[in-house]
Amino acid sequence: MRRSETLADDLRSLYQEIILDHGKTPRNFRVVEHHSCKAQGNNPMCGDRITVTARVGNGTLEDIAFEGKGCAISIASASMMSEALKGQPIDAAQQLFSAVRDLCTGKADTDQAKAAVAPALSDSVDKLAALSGVRQFPVRVKCATLAWHALISCLEGKTQTTTEK
Amino acid sequence: MNKQMTAPLAFDVQKVRADFPILAREVHGKPLVYLDSAASAQKPRQVIDTLTRVYSHEYANVHRGAYYLSETATAAYEAAREKVRGFINASSIKEVVFTKGATEAINLVAATWGRAFLKPGDEVVITAVEHHSNIVPWQLLRDATGCVLKIAPVNPDGSIDLVSFEQAIGPKTKLVAVAHVSNVLGTVLPVREVADIAHAHGAKLLLDGCQGIVHEHVDVQDLGCDFYVFSGHKLYGPTGIGVLWASLALLEAMPPYQGGGDMIDTVTFACTTWAPPPAKFEAGTPPIAQAIGLGAAIDYLNSLDRVAVAKHENALLRHAMSRLAQVPGVRLIGTAPGKAAVQSFVMEGAHPHDLATILDRSGVCVRAGHHCAQPLMEILGVTATTRASFALYNTMDEVDALITALHRAQEVLL
Repeated sequence: MRRSETLADDLRSLYQEIILDHGKTPRNFRVVEHHSCKAQGNNPMCGDRITVTARVGNGTLEDIAFEGKGCAISIASASMMSEALKGQPIDAAQQLFSAVRDLCTGKADTDQAKAAVAPALSDSVDKLAALSGVRQFPVRVKCATLAWHALISCLEGKTQTTTEK
Repeated sequence: MNKQMTAPLAFDVQKVRADFPILAREVHGKPLVYLDSAASAQKPRQVIDTLTRVYSHEYANVHRGAYYLSETATAAYEAAREKVRGFINASSIKEVVFTKGATEAINLVAATWGRAFLKPGDEVVITAVEHHSNIVPWQLLRDATGCVLKIAPVNPDGSIDLVSFEQAIGPKTKLVAVAHVSNVLGTVLPVREVADIAHAHGAKLLLDGCQGIVHEHVDVQDLGCDFYVFSGHKLYGPTGIGVLWASLALLEAMPPYQGGGDMIDTVTFACTTWAPPPAKFEAGTPPIAQAIGLGAAIDYLNSLDRVAVAKHENALLRHAMSRLAQVPGVRLIGTAPGKAAVQSFVMEGAHPHDLATILDRSGVCVRAGHHCAQPLMEILGVTATTRASFALYNTMDEVDALITALHRAQEVLL
C-alpha cells in the first residue's frame, strides 16, 4: 500500500516528508562550541527534553544547535528552528517563535504568519509552515513549540523552561 | 476471526462488553479499542446507573441529618464501606478509610503515621518501579523528618528479586512501600515474602494496590501488609474515591490527617477530641455518590467469575506479548514471569507520542509517555514507552487491531 492510500489527511499533514526527514536526521544536533547561552526545555507530559545552545555575537545568532530526546514533531521543529535562525539577528527568534505558535494553534495561516515577520524571514515561515499540521492535534502543539520555548529562555538567560507555562 | 475467538469460552466477553456503554462508540470513525484501563477503566452500566439513581432519588449529606434521606444516604455510604471490606477481606469496616484516591491515601499515611513515628535516620524502602505517587510523598516526608529513602533495584526483565529487598531492608527500616503490581511493567511483586522480610526487621509494609486490586485477588490479612491503598476509578468505579486500609490498631495510633467536620468527637476552643477510625480520617463531606458507585463496581465484579476474568486477561496479555514481539523493531519492556495484563514496549524509529497519535486515528487508545515513573524510565534507558493495558472487556480482536494499527504507524513514520 502506498502512503497516500492508507493515510487520513490529518495524519498526512502532520507527518509530512519534511517533518519525517528532520525528525530522523536532525540538523545541528550538537552543542554549540563556546556557546553564550544554554537552556533545557522539558515537556512534563511525556518526559521529553531538548537542550538548546547558542552563541550570540554582534546582535546575531552566530550559531545555534540542540540535543535531546523527543518525538518526530519536537525533534523536527528543533531542527528546522536551528536552520531558520542560524546567522539571523536575535529578534528573528521571537518573530519566528510567534509565527510558529500561531501556525500551530491555527491562529494564523501561512500568509498571515509571513506578513507578521521581517521580509527576510518569509522563506523560513514557508518551511516552518510544515509544522502547522499539529493544529489538528491539540495535545501535540507542545511538541512543536518545545524547542522554541527553550530557545527563548536561552536568549533571556534562563536555563530551564517547560511547556506548561 | 482467530482461533481464540471461535473456541468456546468460559468467560463471555461479549456479554461483559454489553455492560460498558462507551465500548459501543466510535473514535475518528473507527470502533473504540480502549487499551488504557491501567490509567483509568471504563464504567459498567451498573455503576453509571447507581450514580444516576443516587443523585436522582437518594442523595443527601451523610452522618448529619436526622431525616429520612440523610439516614438512607448514610446507610448506602456505609454499605459501600462494607462492600470494600468484604472485597479485600478486612476484619472490620473500621479499617476501611475512604479517600479521594490512592494518591491521597499514600499522602495520608506519610503525613500522619510517617510524621508521628519516623525520626532522622529511619529508613523508608521503595522500589525502582514505583509510580510518582509512591515516591514523592516519601520525599516530602524525608524533607520533613530527616528519614532516609532507599531504593530496591529492578532487574532488566522488570522483576525484583527478594535478595534486592533483603539488601535494602535493614534494622533502620521503618516502612517498606511498594507497588503490588507495576503500572508500567505489569510485574506482580512478591509481596507476601516482602511482608515477611519487612516484619522480620520490625518495619511496616504499605502496598500501592492501584493495579493489584484490579488484576489480583486481594486479601489484606493473607497478604500480610500493614497498609493497602487503591483507587476506585481503575476498578471500574468513579473517580474521586479511593481506599486506605490499615489495621485498627495502626489507625488508632495515627494522628488525624485533616481537621474539620465529621472527624471529631467533641470540639471546644481549648481542646478537640477525635472520632474513632475511620471517621477520624474522613474530615469534611466525603465523596458520597462516588463511594456508593465504588460499591456498585465491587458488586459488578463479584457477579462475575473472577477466576475466569483473570484467565481471560492473562490470555489477552499472552496474545499481545507474542504478537507485539513479531512486529519489526518492537522491544517489549517488562517480561517478568507472572505478569498482570499490562504491556509496555518501544518501537525503533518511532517515538511513543507519535505512535499514540497515529494509533488514535485507528480508534486505538494507548498510553504514551513516562507513566508517572520517570526514575524507572531512566533505569530502563528510555524517555518514554507505549503501554497497552488490558481489562476484562478487551478482546483478542482488539489486540489484533493494536497490531494492525502499529503496522500502519510504521507506514507513516518509517
